Amino acid sequence: MALLTETPARTPSAAAGGWANPSIRYAIKRTGAAISTFIFVLVFNFFLFRVLPGDPVALYTRGRNVDPESIRALEAKLHRPIGQQFLEYARNPFTGNGPSVKYNQSVWEVIAPALWPTLLLVGTATLIATIIGVWLGIRSGWNRGERFDVISSNTTLVLYSMPEFWFGMIMLIVFAVGIGPIPGLFPTGGLSDPGVDTSTPAGWLNVAWHLFLPVTTLAVIYLAEYSLIMRASIIEERGQDYVQTARAKGLMDKMVRRQHAVPNALLPTMTLVFLNLGFVVGGAITIEYVFSIHGLGSLTVDALQGPDVPLLQALFLLFSGAVIFANLVADLLYGYFDPRVRT
Amino acid sequence: MTMTQPTIDEANAQALGARDVVKARRKASRTRFTASFRQNRSGMLGLTILLIFIAVAIAAFFIPASSLDVTQVTADPFLPPSLQWPLGTDDSGRSVLLLVAKGAQISLLVGFAATMLSMFIGTSVGIVSGHYRGMTGGVLDRFTDWFLVIPYLPLAIVLATVLGRSLLNIIIVIGVTSWPGTARLIRAQTLSVTARPYLERSKALGAGNLHQMWKHVLPNVMPLVLANTTLAVSISILSETTLSFLGLGDPTAISWGSILEQGFAAGAISQGAWWYLAAPGICVVLTVLAFNLIGRAIEDILDPRQETA
Repeated sequence: MALLTETPARTPSAAAGGWANPSIRYAIKRTGAAISTFIFVLVFNFFLFRVLPGDPVALYTRGRNVDPESIRALEAKLHRPIGQQFLEYARNPFTGNGPSVKYNQSVWEVIAPALWPTLLLVGTATLIATIIGVWLGIRSGWNRGERFDVISSNTTLVLYSMPEFWFGMIMLIVFAVGIGPIPGLFPTGGLSDPGVDTSTPAGWLNVAWHLFLPVTTLAVIYLAEYSLIMRASIIEERGQDYVQTARAKGLMDKMVRRQHAVPNALLPTMTLVFLNLGFVVGGAITIEYVFSIHGLGSLTVDALQGPDVPLLQALFLLFSGAVIFANLVADLLYGYFDPRVRT
Repeated sequence: MTMTQPTIDEANAQALGARDVVKARRKASRTRFTASFRQNRSGMLGLTILLIFIAVAIAAFFIPASSLDVTQVTADPFLPPSLQWPLGTDDSGRSVLLLVAKGAQISLLVGFAATMLSMFIGTSVGIVSGHYRGMTGGVLDRFTDWFLVIPYLPLAIVLATVLGRSLLNIIIVIGVTSWPGTARLIRAQTLSVTARPYLERSKALGAGNLHQMWKHVLPNVMPLVLANTTLAVSISILSETTLSFLGLGDPTAISWGSILEQGFAAGAISQGAWWYLAAPGICVVLTVLAFNLIGRAIEDILDPRQETA
């Protein structure tokens, strides 16, 4: 829609480069939009917990026995002028809301060790899902309506309708606990067995063995979405004139697909991988909880039970920041590979 | 869109009033739509599944409260499926079949109510931001952009934590977090409708902004809203399941998500009580699938170019 709202003020000198260069202008515009979104999140994250009716102190202490002295300290902190509080928060958004109530540590100290398990889980699952999803999408979209397509499309539609944590629980019952004649094959949770040194090759194997079920669960759910998009995109490209031309030249079907249709169809799917990070974050939260992996997702569930408001605010900021950044990367990549969007 | 084709000839049109012409045209397009939907096999399958679940939800009003009260049931906990307990029992000896039937009520209610809210916000924001260029439109568009980017589940968790746990709040949380996609879609459609000559004509005749949006833009974006609504219900039901599973739902209501939460907390996994977790999950999958099938069928009918089936 940006195409319609923008005024195409192109002067002859604009093509020469500098600020008026469309690529640079596009990049600046997208970066500006990302920054404005982040500022909105910062402001939202602060005021949401303060403008709603009720005493913020009650919200910060809900579900917990707090000694009167801490309450007084909290009141002194939260009953100051709101502008003053906001300035303090804006200086350091992550710690400006105070330390984690539950862990009695600064929120950053609580979050830092939880980063790696999440990145490992989500990264591996996304990578596997992208590869398989793209392959499935190409294969079913190119031979649309054939048996492979019908089976694959229907399966992905069912997977797409599934809550990922439920699929995870079923995987746990079947493959970790064992059902009927199937023995339990995989561990029921955690990232490694207690006492295993994860810096040795044997330790890595132990981690891989623990990650097998959660990664499979996430990958299966994600690939449903990627293959649906890739399929739609390849069907669209297949009807284009240039594909017709390639065929008319006498190229083999395989060559038309690999050399002409797929490279063009890949672009929307690749951007989607980045755009979808928000969706990926949601999956990570419930799957980590089900598989007791101590990453950011489990921490979020931990923070909402209670609730540990400062920790929850910091996590919300972190997730939003990561997604905003990923969106910016997707926009810039799209602009780089497809000059049409830069106008 | 399908409704621009006049089905009544000009002579007739002059005899009737303009209002009657519009009415007749819309009625004809509805008839055409129903006929095409009947032809769509997956759409009809979805509709059938949905009607079955609605029937179950209505039948669940007749379940005596005592059979779902943990203090009054007498069966053993974690019984596997049998003739007496078709879907087994839960951790306190309640019939999972009855639980799941009762859960259909809240899951469908939240799914529909949250979607209505989300559609209302999304359609209003979309039409207004598409109709008013300049400041109002720009600001609303920016606002949509912001909400579109913020990751859905963390936002919902934060909102639900602030608002507290209740049935109304979970509806608000889902409605407030899921509108931006609709707004985006409706805005694009509004822009294309606004560019059509008949809007120019109505403007020239002195139609105000409200009249233009309400009488001309809204009826034109309505089919799109309808297709989007069915797809949005499936997202709302999935969200309700996820939020209830995380313990953010109404603690007193039984929904498919809350059954899963309870089963997970009660150790159904380590007990190997697969029936306890499988039953509510399959209900979620079937219902969500039904809405997806219906939504895709409507999309196919409204826009024959983009055949997704």
